[in-house]
Amino acid sequence: MVRLLLTSLVLTLASPALAAETLTVYSGRNEKLVGPLLKKFTEKTGVEVKVRYGETPQLAATLLEEGAKTPADVFFAQDAGALGALAKAGQLQALPKETLDKVDARFRSPQGVWVGTSGRARVVAYNTKKVKADTLPKSILGFTDAKWKGRLGWAPTNASFQSFVTALRLLKGDEAATQWLKGIQANAPRVYKNNSAIIEALGRGEIDAGFVNHYYLYSAKKNKADLPVANYFVAAGDPGALVNVAGVAILKGSKNTDAAKKLAAYLLDAEAQTYFAQETSEFPLVSGVKLAEGLPALDKVGSPDLDLSKLDDLRGTVKLLQDNGVL
Amino acid sequence: MRRRAPVGLWVAGVAMAALALVPAVYLCVRAVDADADAWGLLLRDRTWGLMGRTLGLAAAVTGCAALLSLPLAWLTARTDLPGRRLWTVLLCVPLAVPTFVSGYVLLAAFGVGGALEEPLTRWGLPVPPVYGFPGALLALTVSTYPYFFLALRAGLLSQDPAWLEGARSLGLTPARAFFRITVPLLRPAFASGALLVGLYVLSDFGAVALLQYDAFSRAIYVQYEGAYDRSYAALLGLALVSVTVGVLALELWLRGRAGYHRSAKGAARASSLVRLGRWRVPALLLCGAVVAVGVGLPVGILVYWGVQGLSVESGPMMGPAWNSVSASMLGAVAAVVGALPLAFLAVRYPSRLTVALERVSYAGYALPPIVLALSLVFLGVQAVPFLYGTLVMLVLAYVVRFLPQAVGVVRASLLQLNPHLPEAAASLGQPPSGVLRRVTAPLLRPGLLAGAALVFLTAMKELPATLLLAPIGFETLATRVWGATAEGRFAEAALPALVLMAVSTLGVGLLVSQEGSSSPS
Repeated sequence: MVRLLLTSLVLTLASPALAAETLTVYSGRNEKLVGPLLKKFTEKTGVEVKVRYGETPQLAATLLEEGAKTPADVFFAQDAGALGALAKAGQLQALPKETLDKVDARFRSPQGVWVGTSGRARVVAYNTKKVKADTLPKSILGFTDAKWKGRLGWAPTNASFQSFVTALRLLKGDEAATQWLKGIQANAPRVYKNNSAIIEALGRGEIDAGFVNHYYLYSAKKNKADLPVANYFVAAGDPGALVNVAGVAILKGSKNTDAAKKLAAYLLDAEAQTYFAQETSEFPLVSGVKLAEGLPALDKVGSPDLDLSKLDDLRGTVKLLQDNGVL
Repeated sequence: MRRRAPVGLWVAGVAMAALALVPAVYLCVRAVDADADAWGLLLRDRTWGLMGRTLGLAAAVTGCAALLSLPLAWLTARTDLPGRRLWTVLLCVPLAVPTFVSGYVLLAAFGVGGALEEPLTRWGLPVPPVYGFPGALLALTVSTYPYFFLALRAGLLSQDPAWLEGARSLGLTPARAFFRITVPLLRPAFASGALLVGLYVLSDFGAVALLQYDAFSRAIYVQYEGAYDRSYAALLGLALVSVTVGVLALELWLRGRAGYHRSAKGAARASSLVRLGRWRVPALLLCGAVVAVGVGLPVGILVYWGVQGLSVESGPMMGPAWNSVSASMLGAVAAVVGALPLAFLAVRYPSRLTVALERVSYAGYALPPIVLALSLVFLGVQAVPFLYGTLVMLVLAYVVRFLPQAVGVVRASLLQLNPHLPEAAASLGQPPSGVLRRVTAPLLRPGLLAGAALVFLTAMKELPATLLLAPIGFETLATRVWGATAEGRFAEAALPALVLMAVSTLGVGLLVSQEGSSSPS
C-alpha cells in the first residue's frame, strides 16, 4: 500500500517534465462543456493542453494570488467581471488585433486584453404550468409588482446576478437599482445558491419565476426533457436583457504566448463558435454561426448599450446589495 | 517535578504550529490592504448579527451531535450489540458525504415537489421543514456527529475498566456508575468532539447556502465570488479567527486540569462487554435510524438520480477513486504524525507555551475552506514554488486543514494513558524507540486510528483545496461530483458520489478492523 502510494507520488511529481509544447489553462468553465473543445484544439494544432478546472471567481482569486509567478498561460472565464478584475491588476497581456476584431466591440475588453468567446443572456425562467408568458412584464422592473409576492426566486450571491445589478446601476443609476432591490425584497423572493438551483426549484413548482442565465434551462432539459420550465426574454434594451460573456485572456506571466494566442484564435474559429452554439446553447459572438434551436437572434435580444468591462466595478454593487439587506 | 521536553519534540511541535498559522498570517497580509470602507463594512451591526446566527447554529449542532453520539459510541464500544464493527463503519460514513450533496439530498427528499413529500403527505405525516434553521441543523448534525462518535468511541475503548469496576464494587448501579464515572472520564473526548463540530459548522458553506440559512461563511464567499475583494474577505476571515480563539479559550477553561489516566498499579486491559438483553432491539433501532438518515437517504436519492439518467456516461471511476484514496490516505497519515508532537507536548509537558502550541493548530479550522486553499496558494508561490502544483502541496493543504481533527482525538487518548507505564518500561532498560513501539503506540492505537479515520473521511470529500492545489488533471471523486452538480447534471453526479461513499466505507472499515486487540470482540 505504502509503496504504491509512493510510486504514484513520484509519478505525479515527474509527469510535468515530460510534455513538450504544453499550454496551461485555468478554466472557470465546466470540463463537460469545454473539455471536448480543448481536445479538438490539441488534435488540430498539436499543442498539449493542461487544464485546472474550478469556479471562475476562485480561479480569479488564485491568479491574483499567484501574480507574475503563475503557471497559467490562459484564463478561460465564465464572466467578464473576473477578467476585468485581472485586467485591473495588470496581469493580462494584449491579444492580437485580428482575434479581437472578430468580435463586436461590445463583447471585448476596450484595452484589448480579453475577448468574449460566447454570449450568455439574462432571462426570466418561469414554470409553464403556473404562469402564462403573456402575463409576464416587459421589463425586469415590472417584477416589483406585489402580485409576484412569494412567487420569485433569485441567487444574489451568484456572480451573474451581481453583474446584472451592476448593469442596472450603470444604466439607470444607483437610486433606481436600490428601488428595484427594495421592490423585489418586498416580494419575499426565495434565495438560491445558483442558477441551476433556481431551475430545479422552478421544476418542482417551489417558485413561479426566477432570474437566471438563458442556457441553464437547456442543460436541465437534457436531464429531464419534460421539465415544465421555459425562458422569457424581456424587451430589448431593458437592463434585464443584459448579455454577459464568457471570455479568454492571456496572462502576462505566460511562457507560451504563441500557443496561447493560437488557443484564443481557435475559440473564435467557426468550429468552436458552432460548438458553443450547439453544445452549450450559448450565443456565438462571431457572425454567421447557426444558433441553438429556440433561441432568438442576438440582435433581437437587444443587450442594453453598455461597456462590459465596467462590470468589474462590483464593489459598489456588493455594497448596495449589503446595504439593502440582500447579502 | 517538571521535566523538560526533548528538543526534537519542541522543533517538531513548533514547526507544526507554524504550518497551522499559515492561513492566519495570510489573512493578516491581505488585511493590510483593506481601506476605511472595508473596515466600516466589518464593523456594521449586520456583521455581528450574522456572527450571532452562525454561533447559535454551531452551538445547536454541537449539542445535538453530542446527545446523538454518546449512546451510539457506547453501544458500539462497550456492549454486545450485534454487528458492532459494521455499525461503527456505517455510522462514520456520513462524514464522507460532501455537504453540498447532503444539502441537495435533503431538498430532493423533503423540498416542495421532493421525492418524499407526496408519500409523507399521503400518510398524513408532517414533512420536515428543509429551509432555514431546522434544515441546516439537521443537515449539519447528520454530517458532523461522527466527529463526536469517533472521539467518544476512542475514549471508551482506551478507558481503564478498573474505574468502573471500582465504582460498581462500591455499590453504584450500572446506570449511575456510567454517568458518574464513564461520562466524566470522557470529558477530553467530548471537548475534542465539540471543538471539531462547532468550528466545522462555522466554516461550512455548502449546506447553509443550499438550505438558505444566512451564515458568516457566506459573507466571506460573497467577497470572493462576487466582488473579487480579497482584503475585505480577509477582515471577515480574521473576525472568524478571533471567534475561534474565544471558543478555544472557553474550552480550555471548561476542561479544567483533572487527570484522566489510571494511577493504580496493574496493566490496562479491555472492558468486558455489557449484555444488552431486551434492550437489544431499541439499540438496533437507534443505530438503524441514524444510518437510515445519514447513509440510506443519500444512497436512495443518488440511486434515484442515477436510474433516471442510466444512459448518461459517467466516465471511468478507477482513476479518480485511486486519486481520492491515495491523497486522502497520505493526508491522514501526515496529519496524525504531525499531531503527535503537539499532543505529546501539551499532555506530557504541560506549560502555557505547549498548551498554546496545541491550541494554535486550530487557528484555521473555522475558516471557510476557500480561504485556507488561497492561503496555501500564497505559501506555495511565495515560499516553495518547486512544490507548487504537486501532490505534496495538496497533502500539505490537507494537513493544515485537518490537523485539528487529528490533534483533538490523539490528545484525548493520550490523556488517558498513564505516563508511568512508558517510564516503567524505560527504567527496565527499553530504549526510547522500544518504549514507543512496545508500550505507547499500542496503547494509543485507538486514538491514532480514530484520528486517521476522521482525516481520511473528510479529505475524501474536500473540494476547494483539491481543485486549486492538486496537480493539474488530478481528478478525484469529489471533484467529479462537483463538476456534475455545478451544472445541475444530477444523474451524472450519482455514480461518482456513490463510489465516493463506497470507497470511504471500505477505508474506514480497514481502519476499524485495525483496532485489533484493544477492542474486545
